[in-house]
Amino acid sequence: MTTTLDAPAPVRAPVPVGRRYLAAGTFILLGLIDIFVFGLFAHRGDAVFALSLPGATPKLPGIHVPGALTAYLLGAISIALGILRAVADLSPRGKRITIAIALLCFLLSLLAWADAGSSVGPLQVIDLLQGTLTASIPLMLGAMAGLMCERSGVINIAIEGQLLTGAFTAAAVASATGGVWLGLIGGSLTGGLVGVILAIFAITFLVDQIIVGVVLDVIALGLTNYLYNRVLSPYANTFNTGNTFGTLKIPVLGNIPIIGPIFFDANVFLYITYALILVIQIGLFRTRWGLRVRAVGEHPVAADTVGIRVRWTRYRNVILGGLIAGIGGAYLTVGSVGFFTSDISSGFGYIALAAMIFGRWTPLGSVAAALLFGFSFQLQTELSVLRVPVSSFILLMAPYVATIIAVAGLVGRVRPPAADGKPYIKA
Amino acid sequence: MSDQHEAEPSAEPYVPTAATTTAQGTGAPAPDQPRGRQPLTGSAIIQAVTEGNSVVITILAFFIALLVGAVLIVASDPVVLRAWDSVGYAPGTAFSATWTSVSSAYSALFEGAIFSPATISAAFHGGSIAAIFYPLSLTTFEATPLILTGLSVALCFRAGMFNIGAAGQWIGGAVVATWLGYAVNLPIVLHAVVCIIGAFAGGAVIGWIVGEIKARTGAHEVILTIMLNYVMYNLLAFLLSSRNLMQAPSQTSALAPPVRGSAMLPHVGGPPPQVGVGFLIALAAAAATAWLLSRSTLGFEFRTVGASPSAARSAGIRVERVWVLAFLIAGGLAGLSASTIVQGQTAPLTTTSYGTYGFDGITVALLGRARPLGVVLAGLLFGAMNAGGTVMEAATGVPADVTNVIEALIVLFVAAPPLIRLLFRLRGTGGAGPQAVASKGWSG
Repeated sequence: MTTTLDAPAPVRAPVPVGRRYLAAGTFILLGLIDIFVFGLFAHRGDAVFALSLPGATPKLPGIHVPGALTAYLLGAISIALGILRAVADLSPRGKRITIAIALLCFLLSLLAWADAGSSVGPLQVIDLLQGTLTASIPLMLGAMAGLMCERSGVINIAIEGQLLTGAFTAAAVASATGGVWLGLIGGSLTGGLVGVILAIFAITFLVDQIIVGVVLDVIALGLTNYLYNRVLSPYANTFNTGNTFGTLKIPVLGNIPIIGPIFFDANVFLYITYALILVIQIGLFRTRWGLRVRAVGEHPVAADTVGIRVRWTRYRNVILGGLIAGIGGAYLTVGSVGFFTSDISSGFGYIALAAMIFGRWTPLGSVAAALLFGFSFQLQTELSVLRVPVSSFILLMAPYVATIIAVAGLVGRVRPPAADGKPYIKA
Repeated sequence: MSDQHEAEPSAEPYVPTAATTTAQGTGAPAPDQPRGRQPLTGSAIIQAVTEGNSVVITILAFFIALLVGAVLIVASDPVVLRAWDSVGYAPGTAFSATWTSVSSAYSALFEGAIFSPATISAAFHGGSIAAIFYPLSLTTFEATPLILTGLSVALCFRAGMFNIGAAGQWIGGAVVATWLGYAVNLPIVLHAVVCIIGAFAGGAVIGWIVGEIKARTGAHEVILTIMLNYVMYNLLAFLLSSRNLMQAPSQTSALAPPVRGSAMLPHVGGPPPQVGVGFLIALAAAAATAWLLSRSTLGFEFRTVGASPSAARSAGIRVERVWVLAFLIAGGLAGLSASTIVQGQTAPLTTTSYGTYGFDGITVALLGRARPLGVVLAGLLFGAMNAGGTVMEAATGVPADVTNVIEALIVLFVAAPPLIRLLFRLRGTGGAGPQAVASKGWSG
């Protein structure tokens, strides 16, 4: 061996020149929308944000703000941020904070505009946030599943398939046995089984990981559709009875105003999600296990050299990821609607994948991105209640456009684990 | 590529050089070199079978997939399950029920896709000869959009990229073709041609967006195309549900107005068994793609970038330009797929018209090994499965979704030649799977 270390020459796309101005321009554009769309077109009157659910016992007063004025103010803040971003060279942390504030201004002025002078009633803030969390559960779990795989160097596009098969098994098992917990476990194991198949093809047979993932998704869709039409639908009384978990209010925490109903008054899936996020965040960055996983994902040759079993680590992580995604799938049936229907995951797996990339392969970042998607789903529901004259489809489009802008560089270049997607062949 | 064992080629020189020794099976053949034109002697065929070349692997994969499909059919058939409950008293009944279940389903599948023996005997007794070809014409009809989205995905594969966005590009083409189809009044042939060009352009724009963003920022095309798909699903729903945009007048549901008769693609070849002009468009597109990839400078650049972007860059190829152009043309092909549906069927455009054409395009491209001829054959196979699946469901009650499972399983097994070789105890290392066309991580 030679003593020189030759650094691999990376293939670099040309660095975009005007990224800073792109960000600044986007902020100013958002600010202008705040002022000229939401401000000018706001109905006369106050926007009311209700801070407790209708009929909840400590009844909190709602917040009243003048609709148009709020939008003007928030727009001004956004434009100021845009100018700041253009002239000042902010730290990465500062950049992220400005993005968050600009988005928040945009959202709040949207809400102020939507509710100003509304005859339907106040905007149910608690309902919006509660719905955001529950709508995000499959996305958060899916993103955690993707994270587990990709941190060890295996791309997991099969999250969608894991959610779908998990949802199917959970509904069928919970209906046939009458036990929702059995359904949850069954769903999780099915997701794990898909993980096993992914691992065998990707790690042992070295098939391109994106291809295996996509094909597994197609198989999952075909298989669940087939079994749904053949078994679940005709024998719905046995296999698709719609068993669900009840809500479980955490004793003390659940009674805190505002925070309680949002975070601590849901079914067990939300608490499982909290626990998994915590465990994965700490596990990946604070334990020996996590260090080894990341080593395998970044530099498998080095990891192998110091005695870490690369393939075994990858197998274990892909299967663990599958088990997690399976729980997310189970949520779709036994955790919410109960009944399985054709293609019930409807692309959540792909959105979870996007959330993971948006969140830069970190648990907390992925959760934040998943919450953004969940929020936009729930916001669309709330706004349609307020009879907002904007097509719900435009609102539903927003998070996807946001993701494209994000991966295109508004939040800086995302860097996947170095060995992600590359099979490891022992020399 | 990666499944090549180092030891195997090195063992080759010790083999006594018989006069018939060919280069086949040694090392990794260059991805674009066709297998040498060697005489088809008996030993060559045997060698091909035992070493598992790509055709054999595909056939074996098809066989295993059918077997798995059979298990699915049997395991969910209540008649068979009841027969197996009493296998102790009447074992014959259990086996015959199993056989009946599978054979009736698969023969209905075959009759729906290829031909039905009944129509042949009917033709001898004065029936219509044309009826014999009816299933085949349905197969070409089903295959048409799949071939075109398959070509779209295949083209990107050859340029080293993964196009999951054929669905979004399909919508781009469908929207333009539909709008040109109902809002513009043109003479008969010209109208159809304008709509086809419009569909290509509509899809190409959506593809171009992906290529342009990738080229400018290095964002990964998989995530871009997935996101753009959702944007397009919602855009389609928005357009079709807005009265002053594309919603049909006097409609409450999200529907586009029907395309004018002058824009419809005609059928050629008389009554029922007929080939749509759409199928001919698909074949022409495949020929054009084949020419582009193997005979043009641009195609050479595509393949070079696909093999190694850094090498291509060193050789002076503008890699970013290749990404943009590959996605532009791929989007156009997906748009053409939409044109064959929008202008080939009388049903108006709805919010779910895009179906699974985009994802099926991926499986078709993989099975066709990202080669235009392969894509046509794979598209025909999947078209046959779809056409036959409908007949099977009607005849035997087995849901047609089982054909989707079989199709995907074929692709999965074809993608893993080592697994097939392991299952059938084949020797050799030939027949690299589709991983040869796209094997890289997110940072690619």
